[in-house]
Amino acid sequence: MSTTYYLLLSALLFSIGAVGVLVRRNAIVVFMCVELMLNAVNLSLVTFARINGALDGQVMAFFVMVVAAAEVVVGLAIIMSIFRTRRTASIDDANLLKY
Amino acid sequence: MSALSVLQLAQEANLPGGAATGVGEAVAFWILGPVALAGALGMVSARNAVHSALCLAGTMLSLGLLYMAQGALFLGFVQIIVYTGAVMMLFLFVLMLVGRDSSDSVVEVLRGQRAAALLFGVGLAVLLVAAVGRAFTDVTPAGLAANGANWNGNVPGIGQLIFTRYLFAFELTSALLITAALGAMVLAYAQTRAHAKPGQRATVEARLRGEHDRISPLPGPGVFATANSVAVPALLPDGSIAPESLAAIIDRTEVAAPPEPAPDDAHALTGRPHGNDNGNGVRA
Repeated sequence: MSTTYYLLLSALLFSIGAVGVLVRRNAIVVFMCVELMLNAVNLSLVTFARINGALDGQVMAFFVMVVAAAEVVVGLAIIMSIFRTRRTASIDDANLLKY
Repeated sequence: MSALSVLQLAQEANLPGGAATGVGEAVAFWILGPVALAGALGMVSARNAVHSALCLAGTMLSLGLLYMAQGALFLGFVQIIVYTGAVMMLFLFVLMLVGRDSSDSVVEVLRGQRAAALLFGVGLAVLLVAAVGRAFTDVTPAGLAANGANWNGNVPGIGQLIFTRYLFAFELTSALLITAALGAMVLAYAQTRAHAKPGQRATVEARLRGEHDRISPLPGPGVFATANSVAVPALLPDGSIAPESLAAIIDRTEVAAPPEPAPDDAHALTGRPHGNDNGNGVRA
């Protein structure tokens, strides 16, 4: 088994996450799909670190995790405030800027 | 899979000739990889948002174990603690706040968008898999061998990098985290000036102006009945029951009619001997 399988798994997870972002309508589920895409990229970063024999890839994955944590906090707060004003978490209903 | 065997896998990846992957790692991959894929597919296809969150938690857990199997022990534990521990719980909290039965609408706002998205996803997957499969055919990984980057262990190696080469970026993350926490507090804070709750002083002034039904608060239960259970009504000084102290949804305990003339001991009004526990957790 070569390390390429890890990269293939990462590619598949990333594609599934992208499809989820496009298909799902619940803002929280869309957010979870974004998280899945970030995790898929992290898996390939860890694999690249192993292929290169250097730890820089792992440090990059670490920074991605930090940014993802901050993003989750702010994004969920935005979803909460939208839900409070419009009583919905569906991304189809947040269309005020359209008009 | 126990944590111990994962640690053995991680050591296997750290062996001096640890460039090639061992049998144990292959077994772990072919178990955890399909679990991760199934979790991801379940997350996208589940109607219920809570099921989606649980599927994603499973995917993240198996990804963390895969990190450990590749010699990234620190990242594996951080993945489990931060992602499956903190982030997914945050997701579940917000799901419960928003209402967990807020399922997806099946109405397509843009016609054909779902089919186009599926087509795009399949195309992206084929493209990525083909590119990766072709570009990495004969790669021999250098490995984080015992005489390589992980020579001193994974955590000290990462720590050395973070606090030397990536020190500035690491300091910037602290600013990012503080900003994110502040932003979340500002965004999620419900009491804006427009929706402010009246304070104590404003409430008192409104009462004195007669904007409330009565000037004083409602009598608490059981004040003169010498029991503070909600089921016991308050007795007025003449021994009659204060009607406003009765909760509408609770059956009240019967209060004995006060004897004539009223006894000196107020406890006798309840019809119960003084000093007994009446079963409501209060002393009668």
